[in-house]
Amino acid sequence: MNSVFKQAFKIQGGHIYNAGKASTEIKTILKQLGIDTNVIRRVAIASYEAEMNVVMYAKAAIMTIEVTPSSIQITVDDEGPGIPDIKIAMQEGYSTATPEMREMGFGAGMGLPNIKKNADIFKIESIVGKGTKLFIEININ
Amino acid sequence: MMHLKEIAMILSCEVYAGDESDNYNIKYGCASDLMSDVLAFSQSGAVLLTGLATVQTIQTAYIAEISAVIFVRGKKPDPAVISVAKEKGLALLGTEYSMFEACGLLYSRGLRPTMVCEEQPRKHE
Repeated sequence: MNSVFKQAFKIQGGHIYNAGKASTEIKTILKQLGIDTNVIRRVAIASYEAEMNVVMYAKAAIMTIEVTPSSIQITVDDEGPGIPDIKIAMQEGYSTATPEMREMGFGAGMGLPNIKKNADIFKIESIVGKGTKLFIEININ
Repeated sequence: MMHLKEIAMILSCEVYAGDESDNYNIKYGCASDLMSDVLAFSQSGAVLLTGLATVQTIQTAYIAEISAVIFVRGKKPDPAVISVAKEKGLALLGTEYSMFEACGLLYSRGLRPTMVCEEQPRKHE
């Protein structure tokens, strides 16, 4: 499918105060492209949750968004500790967040399940000591 | 549905961002200090009551299509927080009421909740 729009964003781990910049920018771009507001909300929530995960747990990541006439695809490729057990990480409420993350209102173990909830297709791969890759696809129609 | 002007009056709010004459028709209310829950359970067009007066709260509200944020318990936002709210077009207000009191006042005047968990369907409607 032809790409209407594609852009990559670099996300730095650890910078919790600036977290969310890439996702808010993505939301603004999708609004300018005239995408349906419900679709934008789902994309924005999924990308924001993914961005927060990078900020909280990884060193850095590249988040790429690609808009085609039929769907929006987000890939997040991080350089980080990886997830030893994806099945456990996908459970609501499971979290390894620090007190600092919790003080900011995050790290409640809702991130990955919420990404899955908002996605039409969700794939996750992880290698311990190397990093985690997410693929999120949300249909436009 | 409740206009933000009415909410501001009920809670004796101070307005930090957002023009009161704008079309802030609030469909639902939600209250949380946990941004993860706001992302997971809120709906667009809601007012968020929170004691977490940070930039992250404003970013989360923008992402989740929250129309207005009210800081409870007299929490005053930093200029940076107000500036992000203005940039994102979000209404930002503050009240001296506690979270519990503020929710009770709005609920008793007819504002309905957005955070309906699938596992625990509510019977208020």
